Amino acid sequence: MDLHMIVLVKQVPDTHNISGQAMKEDGTVNRDALQAIFNPEDLNALEEALRLKERYGGRITAITMGPPKAVEVLKECLYRGADEAALISDRAFAGADTLATSYALSCAIAKSGGGDIILCGRQAIDGDTAQVGPQIAQKLGMNQLTNIIQIDSIQDGRMTVRRAMDDGFETVRASLPLLLTVHGQANEPRSPSAKLVMAYKNIGCAGDEAYDESYIEPQCEGYISQIKEWNIEAIQADHERCGLSGSATKVKKIENVVLAARETKQIEGTEQGVTGLVKELVDEHIIG
Amino acid sequence: MSAKHNVMVFIEQQDGRLAEVSLELLCKAHELAEELGVEVEAAALGSNMQAQLADLGQYGCRRVYYVNDERLGHFTTMPYAKGLASIIRTHQPGILLFGATTTGRDLAPRVASELGCGLTADCTDLQIGEHKIKKTVYPDTLLQIRPAFGGNIIATIVSPESRPSMATVREGVMVKRVLAPEAQAEVVEESIQLQDDDFPTEVLEVIRQQKAVDLKSAKIIVSAGMGAANPEALRLIRELAAALGGVVGASRPLADSGLLPREHQVGQTGTTVRPNLYIACGISGQVQHRAGMSEAKRIVAINNDPEAPIFDVAHYGIVGDLEDVLPKMIRAYKEKA
Repeated sequence: MDLHMIVLVKQVPDTHNISGQAMKEDGTVNRDALQAIFNPEDLNALEEALRLKERYGGRITAITMGPPKAVEVLKECLYRGADEAALISDRAFAGADTLATSYALSCAIAKSGGGDIILCGRQAIDGDTAQVGPQIAQKLGMNQLTNIIQIDSIQDGRMTVRRAMDDGFETVRASLPLLLTVHGQANEPRSPSAKLVMAYKNIGCAGDEAYDESYIEPQCEGYISQIKEWNIEAIQADHERCGLSGSATKVKKIENVVLAARETKQIEGTEQGVTGLVKELVDEHIIG
Repeated sequence: MSAKHNVMVFIEQQDGRLAEVSLELLCKAHELAEELGVEVEAAALGSNMQAQLADLGQYGCRRVYYVNDERLGHFTTMPYAKGLASIIRTHQPGILLFGATTTGRDLAPRVASELGCGLTADCTDLQIGEHKIKKTVYPDTLLQIRPAFGGNIIATIVSPESRPSMATVREGVMVKRVLAPEAQAEVVEESIQLQDDDFPTEVLEVIRQQKAVDLKSAKIIVSAGMGAANPEALRLIRELAAALGGVVGASRPLADSGLLPREHQVGQTGTTVRPNLYIACGISGQVQHRAGMSEAKRIVAINNDPEAPIFDVAHYGIVGDLEDVLPKMIRAYKEKA
């Protein structure tokens, strides 16, 4: 099998670890103080791709869309065993909602030759929408299997997987090509390999003038020498469908969360205080 | 085609069992429809569900567009997406709501992509309002309100230039009420024919697991935060919950740490709860947590940090150590009972 697997990854602000510093005095989020990390479930998606490659062979292309700094997550993919990487970056992509994002990424997937298996994390922690995967599958006219916690096998071009459901699990089988979204419980992602970190020590992006693929130097020792950088022209995307103009959803308003504060009755943590509280709750039929 | 664009709810079912969240959404749809002066409709796909679907009338649903096919008893993406997209194109709803379940989150984005319309995930409130883009005014726009950035900000999202406006809502966020006990919805069978190649995914096995904890219907919840991230405190929390006949909840950081399974997680990113009594043990109270439990009838917060934001929403606050306060509470209750 000569599988081409494409892993879609995203660099996200670490919203799960919002510390005191990350919140400004006025209660708004100080985005600069948030660390940019590899979206956790995208690492699980990469891990599944690497395991598939170990079992069935093939090659892995990692793709991300984001600002130039997002190349960091592509390097992390190469360090773990991805074969190629492409950064989709253009000011025209700014302000994209999931519809515009999935459009640009589906153009990039087409540009990279299409894949037999497209893998994404279940969702990204900055938006938690879980929309981009299924929207890419629709745009590529591909079947999708979401929320995967285990890939059993690929046999005769058909893949069997286990999906996590709200009230249990299901095992399903479908023919390739497929788009998969991978759940965080699917695996324990590997660490970067020291050998690969060394091999890609000096890797950079092909610069702005280098959108022509022929610029990419011949591969040496099986390692790519350049991460591809594609702008809107390179992926032949329609301006109207990208960024803000390609987004159906608009942000009308952003508010800081202000929850109505209550008059809190202070209870002493003493035997007497706690007993009084319990009595009050019983008397008010809050507890039986 | 009628000129009215109704409010539609996707009715999720699993082997003929209707999802609770779909019924909750019908009730919310009823509010939105009243404000817009339109009707509540539903879209359903399944096998032999006509009678059950007619009963949706009690939740204010006027009409159900239904694709009946024995192969649709169990959800798979492709035939559902095709059937639902066909219903939307034919009946032109103005608003379409989905439960933010595994199925809703699989289906809604695919259909939104096919129709090129906006979709907002995990809304915590839906309202009707006006939106302006440059000089164009869009009245009767669905305001889709959702937490963002880990729950630290609330964003209002609109998608007035595409139709329908689509949103997903988690179970338990909206409240289910019987609006008209005797009312029956009209069930309209759709004529779309599905072929074998519309079913590319084979379902080989389905394993149902009883939820280990039912936070949504619990009357009493004793919840653990990072201040309870040790075996002794967790043991005391379990003991208090058992004594009170309640269940154990968790904050997101505690669930992230793996000390309690994810299904115990309370908050906007977990389960929104409205118990009679919520006892927050060692929970600092991030915004997304408070927003998911502040409607409890009584809230008791126990924390050794007097500045913890959880005290802002608590009816009763105890500043102290869990290992000290919880045994007293267990004793006091046992002596009362």
